[in-house]
Amino acid sequence: MRRHLLSVDDLSREDIERILRRAESFAEVSGREIKKVPTLRGRTVINLFYEASTRTSSSFELAAKRLSADLVSVKSSGSAVEKGESLKDTVQTLSAYDPAAIVIRSPQAGAAALVARWTRASVINAGDGKHEHPTQALLDLYTLKRRAGSLEGLRVWIVGDVLHSRVARSNILAFTRMGCGVTVCGPPTLIPRGIESLGCEVRYTLDELGKADAVYALRMQRERMTGSFVPSLREYAAQYQIDCRRLGPSQLLMHPGPVNRGVELAAEVIDSPQALITEQVESGVVVRMAVLYELLAGGGAPSPVRAPETEAPQPA
Amino acid sequence: MTPTPTPQNGAAGRFGVELDRAPAPSATVLVRGARLLDPRHGLDRRADLLVREGRVAEIGDGLAAPGGAEVVDADGLQAFPAFVDPHVHLRTPGREDEEDLDSGTRAAAAGGFCAILAQPNTSPPVDSAPVLRSLREHARAEARIPIGFVGTITVGQRGEQLTEMADLSAAGAVAFTDDGLPVRSAGVMRQALQYQRLAGRPLALHEEDPSLSGEGVMHEGAVSALLGLAGIPSVSESTIVARDCALAAYEDGQIHVQHVSARETVEVIERARAAGTRVTSEATPHHLLLTDEAVRSLDTNLKMNPPLRAERDRQALIEGLRSGVIDCVATDHAPHAREEKEEPFELAPMGVTGLETAFAVLHTGLVLPGIIDLAMLVERMTAGGEPFGIPAPSLAPGSAADLCLVDLDAEWGVGEAGYESRSANCAFDGHGLTGRVRMTIAGGAVAYRERSFALGAVA
Repeated sequence: MRRHLLSVDDLSREDIERILRRAESFAEVSGREIKKVPTLRGRTVINLFYEASTRTSSSFELAAKRLSADLVSVKSSGSAVEKGESLKDTVQTLSAYDPAAIVIRSPQAGAAALVARWTRASVINAGDGKHEHPTQALLDLYTLKRRAGSLEGLRVWIVGDVLHSRVARSNILAFTRMGCGVTVCGPPTLIPRGIESLGCEVRYTLDELGKADAVYALRMQRERMTGSFVPSLREYAAQYQIDCRRLGPSQLLMHPGPVNRGVELAAEVIDSPQALITEQVESGVVVRMAVLYELLAGGGAPSPVRAPETEAPQPA
Repeated sequence: MTPTPTPQNGAAGRFGVELDRAPAPSATVLVRGARLLDPRHGLDRRADLLVREGRVAEIGDGLAAPGGAEVVDADGLQAFPAFVDPHVHLRTPGREDEEDLDSGTRAAAAGGFCAILAQPNTSPPVDSAPVLRSLREHARAEARIPIGFVGTITVGQRGEQLTEMADLSAAGAVAFTDDGLPVRSAGVMRQALQYQRLAGRPLALHEEDPSLSGEGVMHEGAVSALLGLAGIPSVSESTIVARDCALAAYEDGQIHVQHVSARETVEVIERARAAGTRVTSEATPHHLLLTDEAVRSLDTNLKMNPPLRAERDRQALIEGLRSGVIDCVATDHAPHAREEKEEPFELAPMGVTGLETAFAVLHTGLVLPGIIDLAMLVERMTAGGEPFGIPAPSLAPGSAADLCLVDLDAEWGVGEAGYESRSANCAFDGHGLTGRVRMTIAGGAVAYRERSFALGAVA
């Protein structure tokens, strides 16, 4: 595995499987009363967030802390970014603290790759514009695999605003790499031209949704609901909302959060046992621990859980 | 009614329109033993060429150097008529940190150009005669090669009100353009074409429909879908070109389509020309050689407008260059400060430099693989002034000396030795190229000499 995690494209199937296995071993740690291991003791992780985030930033913080790393969180508001400091200068400033990893969330595509050029730290893309969100895809794979047993041959439908979704792009790449068949579905105005080249099929109606083993609903951002992308919220919900009539009893439901209740998902399916939405959030911490571990402690290092003689998880 | 360009004041330049440069001593140079290639005049042979007091005096074998002449040993080199670039951003006035008239013309001369047309999207824009006169005066003090200045079509490039085009024309505007922005309103474009009967200069058009381009930052296609970047569809360009060809036909106007990028646009222009519409066009080296595949790297030096398009578009541009639907090569040299380009792709400004690499890029990418021949490349690179009434440079005796000496075998890495331009945002930065300009004579004076190219002996 490379030094950075910038795109799902950086990961081979073997890399992904190793990260998922590692996450499982960390899940065991998370079940304990004291949830820390000393793996990254003395090393620094910087969370650099240029966009609002609850799940991703808090789960990266928890992941770093549970690995005993020192954590610095920098948000664009309240930092020198507000004074007009460029990304490059911010990164070079933070790099002077010699961090082991920089976790970056940015509203611009390619920001993480740029940061990787300007720092010696490992860079983890926590969302770059509408481009990618690789750790979301990994935690989605982890969650779905735990419930479904195996990913191979699963049919996954990704439904909603694919055009503006980094989650959709990373998940198309990740699910197809793991042997799933991916179909994207949404209003034609919100399906980017050329998306089939990522290896997915395209549908504009939910007529064949019954073929899916798992339905992955995307968040419909409020600002996209007005204007010309969709004529009205009412029409969008009528055509694309996942409700208990459309979701079959054997189909699983996923969503990256935060959910717009009553828009992309009806309340009854959010609370149904088929929904993996809460499990996705739970998986966020262990999968991000696994990613930090893989990048910083080395893929070849012994498992911190299964090899107690070297790096046993101990109360930190 | 035929709008004939006629300068209203000052001495008409040797091109019929007025270009400006700093005073420079007329060259007397004997170029010995170069292959002379001037496709328009059927000249292709190894011979000596004598430039005397700034004009091509004689072509022949074993020419004697007149007293005081510099003798250039050009054995193994090519001598071409120098190139003309109809599309250059010199960033002056306003962003002299990115380019000024001196550095921009130095970069042009280093690329083998003997004349360039400066686009008016400066700060302030060239939308009134006083701004134009001041720039021309500036050029007469600083420019190393002749510059033709283009005025804007609309005041402040806002697309609403026509500039005083007659006044600008009288002050020496070579053409009019709102380059960087399209003339959004069909009604305003029609009025500009009508007014052309009075102002008498071609309209050079940056063609895109803002409602189709939207927030786009690259070509709309598989790569933009993968990167999650907003796309600029090909039809954003071709639909407006179709509109303006129709308007030009209706008003019998003359238009020049700048930086053609899309296959559909080539088709539209081809049909319009077949129907007799007076439309010319240009294509850039980057659109002729690169595609949106290269943008996967998110290198901001590959961000420009119009964007790098798909392979099918690139092939159509090459075919257009061959057939003549695309009349000439233009660089759209657009310098940007380093800190502006060191931003994420979506935030970085559009534009790339290209004066210093244009010939070498096209020689390496199109001539060496046998896609077009050298004579055609020279023809298309010297044709950039013709749509604007600037005749192509010539090696024929009696012509003003506008020529470049080129080593077709020289291999070099772009940017390795820096740039003559004040900016380094070259689309081909880091590429290895074959073919290098060693010397340029522009308007009868030596404008560029490569550092490693020894000064000739003086007879």
